Amino acid sequence: MENSRRRFLKTAGVSILGVGAGSMLIGLAPGSTKAAGPGTKAGPSYTHGPEAMKGGRWGMVIDTRKLKDSTCRKMEKACHSIHNVPDHIGKFDKKNHEIKWIWATEFKHAFPGQEVEFLSEKLEHAPVPVLCNHCDNPPCVRACPTKATFKRESDGIVLMDFHRCIGCRFCMAACPYGARSFNFRDPRPAIENENPDFPTRMKGVVEKCNFCAERLAVGKMPACVEVSGGALIFGDLNDPESDVRKLLADEYAIRRKPNLGTFPSVFYIV
Amino acid sequence: MNDKNKIIAGLVIFFLVLLFPFWFNLIFGAADASTAPEPKLTDKAKEAETCVAETDHMRTEHMQILDQWRDIVVRDGKRVYVAENGKEYEASLSNTCMDCHSNKEEFCDSCHNYTSVDPYCWDCHTYPEETK
Repeated sequence: MENSRRRFLKTAGVSILGVGAGSMLIGLAPGSTKAAGPGTKAGPSYTHGPEAMKGGRWGMVIDTRKLKDSTCRKMEKACHSIHNVPDHIGKFDKKNHEIKWIWATEFKHAFPGQEVEFLSEKLEHAPVPVLCNHCDNPPCVRACPTKATFKRESDGIVLMDFHRCIGCRFCMAACPYGARSFNFRDPRPAIENENPDFPTRMKGVVEKCNFCAERLAVGKMPACVEVSGGALIFGDLNDPESDVRKLLADEYAIRRKPNLGTFPSVFYIV
Repeated sequence: MNDKNKIIAGLVIFFLVLLFPFWFNLIFGAADASTAPEPKLTDKAKEAETCVAETDHMRTEHMQILDQWRDIVVRDGKRVYVAENGKEYEASLSNTCMDCHSNKEEFCDSCHNYTSVDPYCWDCHTYPEETK
């Protein structure tokens, strides 16, 4: 009796060891098809396009001295038509549902902390184009519970992933610049000419300027920069040789609400 | 023990009712429910011969590929998909998929309707007939 139990345990132990070692050997064997996935070759991969512009931290300098009302209007139109931004005011006269990526405002609204007591007449009424500042320390990203809005580590652009947005609007409350708009209604009926190369949005998501990430990916400048006639300069803030950095080295530029510590990437020469 | 007939009759009725969906489909619904629709290819798609992956793989995994595409394009900014055969494609539903498969109703919808799948791609993304 004693002897046979001992023998049973021995055989059982050896068999378990054998099965374990065997399956391990199969897993380690070269040419194992399990790890390679469905295809026979290396499998698909993803890259950047050949013309894609590369930058460490995209930024913009806006020279308000060179800007006229008409140029601002042109910039708004170019941006909004390319990105299928709905025009709820023009179509349905619904001011509450307005959606904007870039728009012109006055100095006192753009820079409320400046406390300039005797502002020149010219500056007081000059249009100041405002848009998402693509902050280096974006409060909207911290507020987003689903990581639908995020700062792209490769180039510093603060982007929206509309697939993930659940429409909670925390980011709108967090953004100190009011750069974000919410789709309270289906945007499609309010789009004049749909651009087939760019998706529209749906009801219930937040949207904002994306620094034309889709244009940078094919080597084009942002739409507003293209039509600004030289008033908007775009480039890599991390590159001391870039146009924006050269301009910032020569001129005194301010940013919106710098005391909040968001480190905007959009600079203004006033 | 004298209710044998009643019990058997009851059992027969019970199983008839229980198996209703099966025999109903066999007799009446055979024509449209049991045969899966075959997605129609456009001439352009036929000419290309291969999609971004093999046909069988596309048939079962296209949703995973699209899901990967949207994450990698939107979040990593990598907009070029290098297929297993080394060919490069722009990773875009509206611009790449719908370029060949421009017949959304016959290609996408035929199967999606059959399997009662309702993808929300088209809430935002456009397809050819729509923008015409």
